[in-house]
Amino acid sequence: MVNLQEKIASLCPSATFEEGEYLLVNVDDKEWRSLAEKLKEELGFDYLVSVTGVDWKETIGCMYYFTSTATQEKLSVKVAASDRENPMLHSVSDLWKVALIQEREVFDFYGIVFIGHPDMRRLFMRTDWVGYPLRKDYDDNPELNPIRLEAEENEDDSFTVVEDEAGNRTKKEYKIFGEDEYVVNFGPQHPSTHGVMRLRCAVDGETINKVVPVCGYIHRGIEKMCESKSYPQTLFFTDRMDYMSSFQNRHCLCLCIEKALGLEIPHRVKVIRTMFDELMRLSSHLLSFGCMAMDMGATTAFVYAFREREQIMDIFEKTTGGRMSQHYCVIGGVAADIHPDLIKDVRELCAIMPERVKEYHTLVTGNVIFRNRTIGVGVVSKDDVISYGTSGPNGRASGWSCDVRKHAPYGVYDELNFDEIIYNEGDSFARYMVRMDEVMQCVNMLEQLCDMLEKEEGNEIAAPKVPKMVKLPAGHWFQEVEASRGAFGVYIESDGGKNPYRMHFNSPGLNHIGAVDKYCAGYKIADLITISASMDYVIPDIDR
Amino acid sequence: MFDFSIVTSWVHNLLMSFMPGWLTTTIECVLIGVALLLVYALLALFYIFYERKLCAWMQCRLGPMRVGPWGLLQVFADMFKILIKELIRLENIDRFLFALAPYLVIIASMLTFACLPWGNGLQIIDFNIGVFFMVAASSIGVLGILLAGWSSNNKYTLIGAMRSGAQMVSYELSVGLSILTIVVLAGTMSISGLVEAQRDGWFLFKGHIPAFIAFVIYLIAANAETNRGPFDMPEAEHELTAGYHTEYSGIHFGFYYLAEYLNLFIVSGIASLLFLGGWMPLHVPGWEGFNAVMDYIPSVVWFLAKAFFISFVLIWFRWSFPRVRIDQMLKLEWKYLMPIGLFNLILMTLVVMYDLHF
Repeated sequence: MVNLQEKIASLCPSATFEEGEYLLVNVDDKEWRSLAEKLKEELGFDYLVSVTGVDWKETIGCMYYFTSTATQEKLSVKVAASDRENPMLHSVSDLWKVALIQEREVFDFYGIVFIGHPDMRRLFMRTDWVGYPLRKDYDDNPELNPIRLEAEENEDDSFTVVEDEAGNRTKKEYKIFGEDEYVVNFGPQHPSTHGVMRLRCAVDGETINKVVPVCGYIHRGIEKMCESKSYPQTLFFTDRMDYMSSFQNRHCLCLCIEKALGLEIPHRVKVIRTMFDELMRLSSHLLSFGCMAMDMGATTAFVYAFREREQIMDIFEKTTGGRMSQHYCVIGGVAADIHPDLIKDVRELCAIMPERVKEYHTLVTGNVIFRNRTIGVGVVSKDDVISYGTSGPNGRASGWSCDVRKHAPYGVYDELNFDEIIYNEGDSFARYMVRMDEVMQCVNMLEQLCDMLEKEEGNEIAAPKVPKMVKLPAGHWFQEVEASRGAFGVYIESDGGKNPYRMHFNSPGLNHIGAVDKYCAGYKIADLITISASMDYVIPDIDR
Repeated sequence: MFDFSIVTSWVHNLLMSFMPGWLTTTIECVLIGVALLLVYALLALFYIFYERKLCAWMQCRLGPMRVGPWGLLQVFADMFKILIKELIRLENIDRFLFALAPYLVIIASMLTFACLPWGNGLQIIDFNIGVFFMVAASSIGVLGILLAGWSSNNKYTLIGAMRSGAQMVSYELSVGLSILTIVVLAGTMSISGLVEAQRDGWFLFKGHIPAFIAFVIYLIAANAETNRGPFDMPEAEHELTAGYHTEYSGIHFGFYYLAEYLNLFIVSGIASLLFLGGWMPLHVPGWEGFNAVMDYIPSVVWFLAKAFFISFVLIWFRWSFPRVRIDQMLKLEWKYLMPIGLFNLILMTLVVMYDLHF
């Protein structure tokens, strides 16, 4: 860490540093752009994990979290703008493509305009929304933002701010789609978008030229709500983001809060949490398999996948009482002891799965139509997946080793014996195969976890000293876990009070949807559906 | 084997005994029309139920179970619901074409339906170029689909209709070629003639290799003709919500729905006519006792059983296979099925010329 600090200090003399869980670099916006280029080119920070807007009252700005995919080194950078009325920062969206969508999110919530960002539309809120909701001086008077019943008329309008060499900034307005483009609208209500997602596609015959995702149809302002809730209360939102990795999301937030509190977690709790993580992943991958087959018209495979998923849901229900949203993980432990049948049920599930997976492969994977539809379709290179930050199975299908369970183990993943599945083709078939192989890895891990859990019989299910009123010390923390769809991150900034000052959820789905144009452009309309299905994004995860 | 022409000629003679000829013909036409409509509707209902139950069986489900015993009345309830649904009046569409389109589809389907050989002596349209008429009538259907897509003034329907047009026109060729192959073998285009020629053995067995190739091509192409999975791109609910019939409601949608299921029956019926002997029982030359037993089964049962069996295979396809993409579908037709079909036609001609068939 010291070494890295020296390097950055030599690259950018004006930067100041703070020690923390990761090295934090404070840099002024004037130096930021040149530092960013050097971070990527010279220091190898090629993966921008998260761009989090924060309002620090005097200043307003962003926290950037970087990872180097080669060395797994981590770095955070804090860039602030002092002009609150008209804040501007330099965009890094040309260096890390993931910033294309994440910077739009910051603009939507904080009004920070990114200089050089090509498309500064609002991301979640309506274009006629008054104010920027996550700023601390936001006026939430309902008269300013009544429930509007008309459609947005200017949804095609976008602008970009460019800066010339002399430092003069000019705002250029333009339309997203040209006059002569034939735009087909998919969603927000459409059978294959798996939720209320809207994709606007410029097509030429059957070929897609451009995909513009429109988000925000189920945006609930979870991050805003978290700021007025106590820490235990914020846990309940996480289950409702990505409903197919509800347990991992909640696990992540618990880990982050526990890290801030310095709690020591009993080993048995870790085993239980890891087991539920893997059950959740198994159920999510099964759903993904079923939905992908169904989106391609093979409805039977969907029902087959649901048959096994139902069994997992029953396991969840027995222990936690919930099927979709378990609310099982709590700060310092789990909510209740496991059901006596849990280990038996999981073992039963593990026993049938290999046979069932073979059945899926016979029905779908080996089918010539399926192979023709997926092999060579939606090919994305390794550099692109890293740049777009599409982690999880989508990244691993393009040869990017991005499994948080391997690189930054949490729970008991460091004690488990499992493989990180990596394919190098980067097409829809590889994305599908990564999930199918991970299903078998899940089964393998679940068997090991059952053995571990049997040895832990009767041990504690919660840390001994969890405070009744959870108050985090002032500071900020970032925690990542491997959710079913990729790296899920939680950023907490605390001012020492009982409510978080800022809580940001860095969801994998947002990165996936930000890359959908990269994945789909140039393919056929039917491929849009296949590629989206193979990317497997979940809408509440994107919109939060 | 019971000959239904006894019944029909008895009715005809009865009417003729106290009526002038023109009135008899009119009454007979009305009677046949009513019977046709009734059978058409009942078969469609049966097919909807049949497919639901089959697909449920393949998917480890039970299918409709609540209405009536084993859910038997479910389809009637659904049909009744469709009948009382509002026909939604849309703005900015071509009203005339929009209203006309479903009728074209249903008329095409009915005309083809009338050509089928139902049983011994039980046939409505039968003349010397019957097969030709059947192919011609069935191809009117695509016009209805194209009009529906165009007149709805909707991007989904337009894309669906364009896909459908490309698909049905392409696959008509393969259907035509495989029918032609059988016509070469039979030496007749008359439907009753085709059935009669299979008295001593079905064409699938008589024509051996070329007939079998034609059978496989016919099954694939006919599946595409009916816009059913894996060739259901014109509807492709996951891409185009409902394709060409997105904007239709009430009974207009019901017509498309009925026509889709009836077309499944029709292509199965044609397959059984061309390859499995129509209503002709299974006869093995030399096995007199066996043939006599087979003759006891009524001809109508034979025909329906064969059609249902082929429908079963087509339904099985639909519920197992993913959907192909438009370019792959066209490639399959123009690069594989049609050349193979043409080659197969030559092969069949040679087989007939040198008398190599059974």
